[in-house]
Amino acid sequence: MSVLSVRDLSVEYRTTGGDVPAVRGVDLEVDRGEVLGLAGESGCGKSTIAGAILRLLPAKTKITGRIELDGNDILELTPGKLRAVRWTAGSIVFQGAMHAMNPVQRIGEQIMEPILVHGQSGEREARMRAGTLLEQVGLPTRRLDDYPHELSGGQKQRIMIAMALACSPSLIVADEPTTALDVMVQAQVLQLLRTLQHDLGLALLFITHDLSVLVEVADRLAIMYAGKVVEQGGAEAVFHSPAHPYTKALAAAFPAIGDMRFRGRPSGLGGDPPDPQQIPTGCPFHPRCAEVIPACSSVVPELWTAGPARLAACVHVSGAPALEGVSR
Amino acid sequence: MSDPQPEPDVAELGVPVVEVEDLEVNFKGRVGFFAGLLGRKGFDAKAVDGVSITLYEGEVLALAGESGCGKTTTARAIMGLLIPDAGTIRYRGEPLARSRRGLRGYRKQVQMVFQDPTAALNPRQTIYEIVAEALRIHGVPGGPDAKTEEQLVARALSRAGLRPPERFYLLYPHELSGGQRQRVVIAGALVVDPAVIVADEPVSNLDASVRGEILALLMKLREGSRISILIVTHDLGLAWTVADRVAVMYLGRVVEVGPAEEVLQRPKHPYTKALLNVVPEAGGTERPILQGEPPDPTRIPKGCRFHPRCPVVASGRAERLGILNRCVSEDLALEEIAPGHDVACYLKGLGEEP
Repeated sequence: MSVLSVRDLSVEYRTTGGDVPAVRGVDLEVDRGEVLGLAGESGCGKSTIAGAILRLLPAKTKITGRIELDGNDILELTPGKLRAVRWTAGSIVFQGAMHAMNPVQRIGEQIMEPILVHGQSGEREARMRAGTLLEQVGLPTRRLDDYPHELSGGQKQRIMIAMALACSPSLIVADEPTTALDVMVQAQVLQLLRTLQHDLGLALLFITHDLSVLVEVADRLAIMYAGKVVEQGGAEAVFHSPAHPYTKALAAAFPAIGDMRFRGRPSGLGGDPPDPQQIPTGCPFHPRCAEVIPACSSVVPELWTAGPARLAACVHVSGAPALEGVSR
Repeated sequence: MSDPQPEPDVAELGVPVVEVEDLEVNFKGRVGFFAGLLGRKGFDAKAVDGVSITLYEGEVLALAGESGCGKTTTARAIMGLLIPDAGTIRYRGEPLARSRRGLRGYRKQVQMVFQDPTAALNPRQTIYEIVAEALRIHGVPGGPDAKTEEQLVARALSRAGLRPPERFYLLYPHELSGGQRQRVVIAGALVVDPAVIVADEPVSNLDASVRGEILALLMKLREGSRISILIVTHDLGLAWTVADRVAVMYLGRVVEVGPAEEVLQRPKHPYTKALLNVVPEAGGTERPILQGEPPDPTRIPKGCRFHPRCPVVASGRAERLGILNRCVSEDLALEEIAPGHDVACYLKGLGEEP
């Protein structure tokens, strides 16, 4: 059974410069014990989805579609109900751990807070639980009495993970949880997240721009471009044999050491991500696409079949309907 | 340049452009006011502790390592942005002058590209002003084929891939994307026609999709203008794509240096191997990951400075091989194990792999 089900989600920010469509019709599904990786460049809408799932977006934002988290219809919940669902059904690990913590409160109290707020136990039990959580993330219990400044970046990110686990949620949304960390520490935190996810049978939605990190942790990948999912499938398959030209460009940004195809030949994507207020006609990726054909500027691609358990929104994939001037 | 150049090979590294010898940079430790009254002293951080590296003409050298290993400090010392406590830096054989004028002449040859283009660009200056600034400091070069300031700015912008250049003159940094901003930073460096570019994590603040473009630009400069590039990075995948040689730093020292193919495919130092293990790769979760935090440069361990985290020591292999004693007590320097490939590890004398 899926823990998280997102159907036809659209999010529009209201700004003084007009409405900005950040997410334009996205379907996602995360099962129990599964890691879904959501990747794309800045501004593609991936963090907006994270915000929408726990309704953390500005109050005026227009959200349409349906989000079901642990059987709760998130977009229809009353504020009181919503508070109950946050932390217990789904919690979130943010990118900058240092900015997400209260600098003048001890670590223990910060971990205990959601447990106490949700009335899951009394003060003594909550402290016990906080201690257990610290051990789960690989830190000694005595760290409960530390202040955030006494911890390193990696340790703080571990605390953030402990906090996310505090109320035993079914889903954890991790939004760039390792981006600000050093290489070695990043690998340690990834290993921890994966172990915990596996041992606790959590559903994990892992959001990052770093496709190579996702291949290590995710079971399935969804690649986003200009507010839409453009490719979906098993993590290794998507990374190693991408179907969408955008995914190909993203994957090429993370060369395998030893692969002579990349040696001395950095490859990248020309151009810039589209302005969400002026999304190109047809396929939004066509102005930057290496495999563009005339039909691309008029045909809006849908997620067509691109192989076993693979979907891609590109006119070149096998499941795309026959179009004039397209040879496959 | 019209003479046919011999194919460069490992033994033939060419003309040294920048030579760093036994560089040491310490940062003074500080204590609180009252602790100071009690006569306590802070621990000095030895950020760079005896680094020797050479950058040859027309090569891309990657300086890699974890945060705090001293790679950025080394780059800053090369730029003359801080005064080393010991060691020499030579540019084409000449020791780096410490006078204002001497440094100015040097910086015309050696330009820096910083990590965060948003922080490196003045938000209140137009792109034209930003790129022209170096020309106003160093002067527009004269001579028979002299160009005007505007021509030089236009040329630098288009070499950096911002075409047509006129379109960018009157824009401000906030009107550009991250990739374009980094191109402006590179144009600002190119405008004075430098021989060397020192790039400190030039793409780590950029989106994955535009990284390749910026790297391709740097590669093109090397091909076209024989510019030597020192690229500071924590990303060995990046080193694989662009670097001719790689130097790996740990706690203020270079622990392995050599041709990129050798160092990255057949690492000889356990630390290089550990760094390679954390390069994300599909299905690679079984590789051992070095535990512990990045080391503290105020407390450098005795012996090989990597020994407290070294997997060869931890697994007991060092003891079985009879080198443990030396690992924990005797400091060691780089030694050549193959032409152009140096490593500082007691394993090397035994023909053992890390």
